[in-house]
Amino acid sequence: MKPRGFLQSLRRISGIAGIAIISALLLMPLSARAQLTIEIIGGAGAALPISIVPFAGEADFPLGISGVVGGDLTRSGRFRQVDSVGIVPRPSTAEEVNVSIFRARGADAVVVGSMRPMPDGLVEVRFALVDAVKQQTLSNMVYAVTQQQFRATAHRIADEIYEKLTGEPGIFSTRIAYITQQGTQHQLQVADADGDNPQTIVTSKDPLISPRFSPDGSRIAYVSFENRKPVVYVQSLLDGKRQAVANFRGSNSAPAWSPDGTQLAVTLSRDGGSQLFLVSATGGGEPRRLMSSPGIDTESAFMPDGQSLLFASDRGGTPQIYRLWVADGRVERVTMEGAYNVSPRPLPDGSGMVFVRRDSGRMQIATMDFQTRQVLALTPGPMDESPAIAPNGRYVLYAARSGGRNVLAAVSIDGTIRQRIGALAQQVREPSWGPLL
Amino acid sequence: MSRLLKFVFLVFAVAALAACSSTPDDDGAPVDDRTITTGSGATGGTDTSGATGTDISGAGVDDGRRGALNDPANILSRRGVFFAFDSYVVEDQYRPLVEAHARYLVGHPAARMVLQGHADERGTHEYNIALGQRRADAVKRMMMLLGAKESQIETVSFGKEKPRNPGHDETAWAENRRTDIVYVGE
Repeated sequence: MKPRGFLQSLRRISGIAGIAIISALLLMPLSARAQLTIEIIGGAGAALPISIVPFAGEADFPLGISGVVGGDLTRSGRFRQVDSVGIVPRPSTAEEVNVSIFRARGADAVVVGSMRPMPDGLVEVRFALVDAVKQQTLSNMVYAVTQQQFRATAHRIADEIYEKLTGEPGIFSTRIAYITQQGTQHQLQVADADGDNPQTIVTSKDPLISPRFSPDGSRIAYVSFENRKPVVYVQSLLDGKRQAVANFRGSNSAPAWSPDGTQLAVTLSRDGGSQLFLVSATGGGEPRRLMSSPGIDTESAFMPDGQSLLFASDRGGTPQIYRLWVADGRVERVTMEGAYNVSPRPLPDGSGMVFVRRDSGRMQIATMDFQTRQVLALTPGPMDESPAIAPNGRYVLYAARSGGRNVLAAVSIDGTIRQRIGALAQQVREPSWGPLL
Repeated sequence: MSRLLKFVFLVFAVAALAACSSTPDDDGAPVDDRTITTGSGATGGTDTSGATGTDISGAGVDDGRRGALNDPANILSRRGVFFAFDSYVVEDQYRPLVEAHARYLVGHPAARMVLQGHADERGTHEYNIALGQRRADAVKRMMMLLGAKESQIETVSFGKEKPRNPGHDETAWAENRRTDIVYVGE
């Protein structure tokens, strides 16, 4: 099958089945500000075949919804697009879908829709999702939006399709944050999950690290070296106001939001060593020490229920991941194998974690299931770090080194699909993934 | 989708930044060009240039003796203590250097210094902050054993964020595992 059409024509299918290279930038010809390109470097054989019919009327607008929806779904690795070219008349409602035609082309699901200008200047966007196997309509929605909301609406539609067909929330409407570096200029940027619409949040001549979205996505915590030492700030994404929430004598780093967004666990050296404390997310007050240990305690992350934290510590001789129960101070060692296991990030359902392990000098992203204690390496390394888990738990964004540059990459939680997300002219690192909105 | 993106992005000068200190840059040049821009997005933020601010030169250092700190013939002009891989022990070859700075602190009770610890790139950003901190703390501990006061020395870490050598080999890494000695007000 030879893909054609707007989206498909930009897709190069290599001779090796299942490996497609997509440039997300090319999928966004109207978005001059897009800075990240996304290429899929490994494909899943089990992708669900879906036919996304160009929406009726979308050619009259500068941005077609169906192309963005198709890009989202394809990049997720869980869908494979089935060509709808040549199906006449082209359906635009669920009722018009002749299921047998699409079944004959191998599609299990069909997306149709329309875009129509309304008298008040808004645009009416309709879409329907049809299960071609069960021959039933799974979703039927109408949106009234401005042109500025086209991309957001397309992501919403992709989220709806993803959820209906996989049973899990889609993450196409979420946002990511990351640090860029160009020369001596460091920037904290926030972008849509597909890399589009990047916005600069902080610009500094000194390094920035560890951005972390607040649980509601309205604020971002990060570490800045602008004061010749690491200081933890919390900055509003609504009005840009920021506050130093940990600026004590010594080093202040490794912010981790409590699930209710009122506090941050941070690593402070003010009382000697590197130890874990709780501080208010609005600043002020005395930090509360979480525990005392003779070694390094850092890189903490709250479990989703807020009752315990994962953290990295060398109290046992090598850096390993431990779990601290806040109520009684009990500590349990989590990683048992290897000489360097750090950067724990709990999965959204609390069933396990993603972390960084170093083995023979190779840094890799790995997962551990808390029940079975089984460890699975997700990435090859050699310099992979800073994992950020998608809020649906299906993907991990991380920092990698490729061709001497720092780039972002993404991998599915089972390790089967990997994407490289390259920046055009700058170094990118330290990703964070925002919540479902 | 997000109301955030539709927001009319207001930009605020962050006055608090004006308070940031003008401790010396790595090369010893006064930091008077620090510019931090913060914002919420769309506009790319605004220059707050807050840090052009306060000159506190001399606040902690006896002006009459500052020459000694920067005289290339004086051991006090040497400011780097380097460490072996995975090590936080001050090696014997750096003892005279650390002792000289400790003596300076003892002789100049008003003098203040910041020990800036660094790690090589083989580790995560945050874990390396902790490793750099340990290297700064090791030098501080030795200086305190030699009579310097705790209040005279702040230890901070840059982790792997400020490599002296940007390379990716053993030579670069050896230069980057270090503690830099910086006097407040230089």
